[in-house]
Amino acid sequence: MSDFLQLIISGTATGAIYALAALGFTLLWQASGTINFAQGEFVMVPAIVTLLAMSYGLPLWLAFLLACAASMLLLGLGFKRLVVDPLIRHGTIPLVIATLGLSIGVKNLMKSSYSAEAYPFPNLFPATLFSVGDLKISVYDIGTLLLAGAIVFGLQAFLNRTLTGRAMQAVAQNTEAATVLGIDVKRMVLYVFLINALLAAVAALLVTPTYLAKFDMGDTIGLKAFYAAIIGGFNQTRGALLGGVLVGILENLMGAYVSPAYKEGVALMLFLVVILFRPEGLLGRVEERKV
Amino acid sequence: MKRIALAMALAFGTQLAPAQQTVKMASLVELSGPGTTSGTNFRNGIDLAVKEINAAGGILGRKIVMETNDTQSNPAVAKALTVKAIDNDVYVVMGPVFSGSIIVSMAETRRAEVPNFTGGEAAAITLQGNPYVFRTSFSQATGMPKIANYIASGLKAKSVVVMFVNNDFGKGGRDQIIKEFGTRNIKVVADISTDPAQVDFSSPVLRAKQANADALFAYLNEEESARLLRELRKQGYDKPIVGETTIMGQKVIELAGDAANGVKGHVGLTIDAPIAAIRAFSAKYEREFKSKTDHNGIKGYTGMYVVKAVTEKIGKFDRKAFAAVMKNACFSAKQYPGVLMDLCFDDKGDIDRESFLVEVKNGQQVVVETLPPLTKR
Repeated sequence: MSDFLQLIISGTATGAIYALAALGFTLLWQASGTINFAQGEFVMVPAIVTLLAMSYGLPLWLAFLLACAASMLLLGLGFKRLVVDPLIRHGTIPLVIATLGLSIGVKNLMKSSYSAEAYPFPNLFPATLFSVGDLKISVYDIGTLLLAGAIVFGLQAFLNRTLTGRAMQAVAQNTEAATVLGIDVKRMVLYVFLINALLAAVAALLVTPTYLAKFDMGDTIGLKAFYAAIIGGFNQTRGALLGGVLVGILENLMGAYVSPAYKEGVALMLFLVVILFRPEGLLGRVEERKV
Repeated sequence: MKRIALAMALAFGTQLAPAQQTVKMASLVELSGPGTTSGTNFRNGIDLAVKEINAAGGILGRKIVMETNDTQSNPAVAKALTVKAIDNDVYVVMGPVFSGSIIVSMAETRRAEVPNFTGGEAAAITLQGNPYVFRTSFSQATGMPKIANYIASGLKAKSVVVMFVNNDFGKGGRDQIIKEFGTRNIKVVADISTDPAQVDFSSPVLRAKQANADALFAYLNEEESARLLRELRKQGYDKPIVGETTIMGQKVIELAGDAANGVKGHVGLTIDAPIAAIRAFSAKYEREFKSKTDHNGIKGYTGMYVVKAVTEKIGKFDRKAFAAVMKNACFSAKQYPGVLMDLCFDDKGDIDRESFLVEVKNGQQVVVETLPPLTKR
């Protein structure tokens, strides 16, 4: 039983990181109809920027703040202005292809300009264990879970309880109606891109000690986050949380009780089941679009 | 007309002269993908040796022109690059390091009769009767009996967990070590497969803990080894962790941090070996590349010096003669300082030399014992 609980806790912590990246998918989709397949690279870039800043002697917290700023500038504002704005009027497919290209470009740019090798990344939480009966819990798992959980719920509160958050939701639900109501749609969309970049930076801080900082570290998390967003519901931020945690826990249980060989396939299997039987996602709502 | 002839003669002359003074070689290594650490170190070792050899006048008076290409840790890319290198009329191909890649690409060098040095350790590489493939490191058939002996006699373990990476390197090592455990009555209580480039090791580690064996034998590539060690530490795994070569590598120690402390095992090559020539090489490497090398750097470096030694032995650039001379050849570090340690090749291209039992202490490999070569010559 203690093993089972340990798997649930560690799976929830991993899933919470997936949820952070998945939230970015859902937010961007809702606000601007953008599917960003470079989301994994949006996690990789702040990780490398943090390491670069630390190599100049900055402490982790300051290096991370710098990475957040760089991420919001390049992957928030820059991504919106240089990639999304010029392409969005041509529909979703050109944008999807552009983000796939962006993913390859960013990876190769990082490989050639920084390094192709992996680098260690400092842990935000100590690598200590504490026992509750037979159960051994790592401080890292609990810390990750609490921080990621706080950010996800904080974002939910921001979106539901503040004027700006509600305006952002209004833009996501009906852009034309939001404009009629006097909401500055362009600004709200920009906020979403900035929040997405910030979420990716936090995900980088939490996931890189395990994944190691490397130009292709975003491959796995980008894909898992996409699956998580679809599973939970692409048009629901709560869905991203559910999808992420579900994938994290099921991966752990499958790896421990069936075979580690099947672990990596869990998210894909769940993704296929959801697409076949509940295409709007577990918490998603059915959307009708005029074509 | 005379002017044209003179101009052509000058043009061809200026093109031919450098070609006659150089010899082309290819370095096909993993500079991206899961093999980045191995490939980068191997490439750096080669480049350092080439720099030294060229500075000392080259091989038989000809400077080496080394063309380096990235296999992306992908066997298909490795094969295509090998074909390209052969078309480019290279004298020797160095690499790839990954067993899965060399097993595929060496068919091309064999067909073209081009000597091919590899860092791969899978036993299958030299079991195919290819007269043009040569190792720069031990075969698993050489390394695994040594580590199995240590687990049986040194640790006195009666049961083990085997964790391996599911690629040619990992599967070859897993098959070999299980065979060796069988002959020593060591029971394998869990046989855990992991994926190349796997990032989350929580469930394999939990399965290892549940197995409650006397020791864990881990055989994964460098980055995966580091992630495994971090997870073992995170979950408080308290049994001996043993491995062969990769898990005690410098890069693994750097990536795993404190979690690497206490890992024990067998290495064919280490920069911490009590050998002056290896220590000197390590210092040179660190000065040149601003980083520490692992065993792969030594493999690339010594491999290049073997190429030099053999070519000078035959006195010409002849690929067939090269392959013939390599059979059962021995090179002493006294006569050929670049090979760093006395070494011998057998008739299959397998290498034999001293090796080491090591333990990671305070982030350093510490050599516990030096083991003799399997065969005395």
